[in-house]
Amino acid sequence: MNNKQQNTKKVVVPIGPYHPLLEEPEFFALYCEGEKVVDVEWQAGYNHRGIEKLSESKHWDQVTFLVERICGICSTSHPFAYCNAIEDLLGITVPERARYIRSIIGELERLHSHLLWVGLAGHFLGYNTVFMWAWKYREPVLDIFEIITGNRNHYAMFKIGGVRRDIENEDIPKIRKVLGELKGKIEMLTGAVLDDPVLAARLKGVGVLTKEHIKNFGAVGPVARASGVDIDVRKDDPYAAYPLVEWKVITTENGDVFDKAVVRLLECFESMKIISQCLDAIEGKKGEIQAEVREVPSGEGIGRHEAPRGECFHYIRSDGTNRPTRHKIRAPSYVNIPTFKASCIGQTIADVAIILAGVDPCYCCTERVAVYDVEKKKKLHNFKYLVEKSKEKTEKIRKEI
Amino acid sequence: MKDIIGILKENLGDRIKEIKIHNNRRIYLTIEKKDIKDCTKIIFKDLNARYIIASGIENFDSFEVLYHFGFDKEGTVVSIRTYLDKEKPEIESLTDIIPGISYIEREMWELLGINFTGHPQLEHFLLRDDWEKGNYPLRKETYEQ
Repeated sequence: MNNKQQNTKKVVVPIGPYHPLLEEPEFFALYCEGEKVVDVEWQAGYNHRGIEKLSESKHWDQVTFLVERICGICSTSHPFAYCNAIEDLLGITVPERARYIRSIIGELERLHSHLLWVGLAGHFLGYNTVFMWAWKYREPVLDIFEIITGNRNHYAMFKIGGVRRDIENEDIPKIRKVLGELKGKIEMLTGAVLDDPVLAARLKGVGVLTKEHIKNFGAVGPVARASGVDIDVRKDDPYAAYPLVEWKVITTENGDVFDKAVVRLLECFESMKIISQCLDAIEGKKGEIQAEVREVPSGEGIGRHEAPRGECFHYIRSDGTNRPTRHKIRAPSYVNIPTFKASCIGQTIADVAIILAGVDPCYCCTERVAVYDVEKKKKLHNFKYLVEKSKEKTEKIRKEI
Repeated sequence: MKDIIGILKENLGDRIKEIKIHNNRRIYLTIEKKDIKDCTKIIFKDLNARYIIASGIENFDSFEVLYHFGFDKEGTVVSIRTYLDKEKPEIESLTDIIPGISYIEREMWELLGINFTGHPQLEHFLLRDDWEKGNYPLRKETYEQ
């Protein structure tokens, strides 16, 4: 008797294939008894484009562009892992300047991806203003991408053996300026999340994953690190400029939705630290950005990259021709999504929606209001003052609770 | 790195048919089909390696399954390779050892036609339920169609 037959007597709540909680089509069937979820089924493939198969018909350089199109949000993760895989096969070292540039691109991407997630999470929770604000903070990061790569997304910066474009010296101060401004804003967001009792009441202890769950499902990235499993490819299997700069892996212990949000927010600061050290290293200097690669001999290679959502894994096999004979791609969500099976069962339907949507704690409305005296045309309270007020109020509520 | 090879040799013994050390962070072991379940159990449970993914590959005269495991503290990926019969590719499912492997086994089953015996739910995952039997999209012959 298979699962579908076993579950025929329970009430099925379908989520998807097209559902506001999901950014892309996917299907989750929740089998419920009353309010309680007793089983979850996952059906994928609505967006399957056969990229592994397509890759077998493209030559090595074309595949870089092909895999960039796997994901529109973390579009550089797959070329990063793919280039690592080919370089592993070839056994070549990438020039130092290219390694720094690769890390800069990778970390800028993590920044905008985490901000996007914070925004969406706010939207899902009903904090729509947070959605507007987080995405507003994200815009300047995309503008940096446009300055240094020519495109807001799909940057086409990676090539086997290095990067396609250099970062010009005159662009570096612009990047620093945006990062400087962003830091204050993310600090504010993080402070708000950690202090908000409503969010704590809503998200703490929801969708808990233990270390054992993480091991059984092979979960990676912020999902694993929120459960106290300190895996990060950037530290464990260093590549690009990550071993050359100072930063730390963020972990928390509880494994609930709240902790996942905290990990993501704190990771933004580490990303900014990495970018700023990489900029220091390349500023005012010149250097090679590409190693010469003429052909790919037969053999096999494995490349990994810590994408914003976790470890991205590429296995490549070559028979000495100009295209791969097999290209296996494992995106982090492939192992992260099945953890819903552990985190959702036993929860109520309302909480499952939160866990599935990957809800992130957000901010209340006060912090984005400015009080004006209309007659005198003067700003009475500035942004910082209102944030302080908001924090005071949160503190007051907390004491009452 | 030597430690990992030493540990693997010590635990798996002569079940390892071939060791290929690509570099100090990538190790490939060839193991016979009948020993796969025992060996993955030792690597996953006793040696506490992280399950990464499995890759199914079609060769001219065989099918090949690679189980990738991560030894994260050492930064090493150990891939266990096994060859299956070209005419009737079949191997035991590892779902009772690694619950998370269920989806990739279903994927290899529907895209490459590798049968996983003992899998509790060998149903379509990416393809639709009424997909034509015997049509495996990731096989090489599908190019010609």
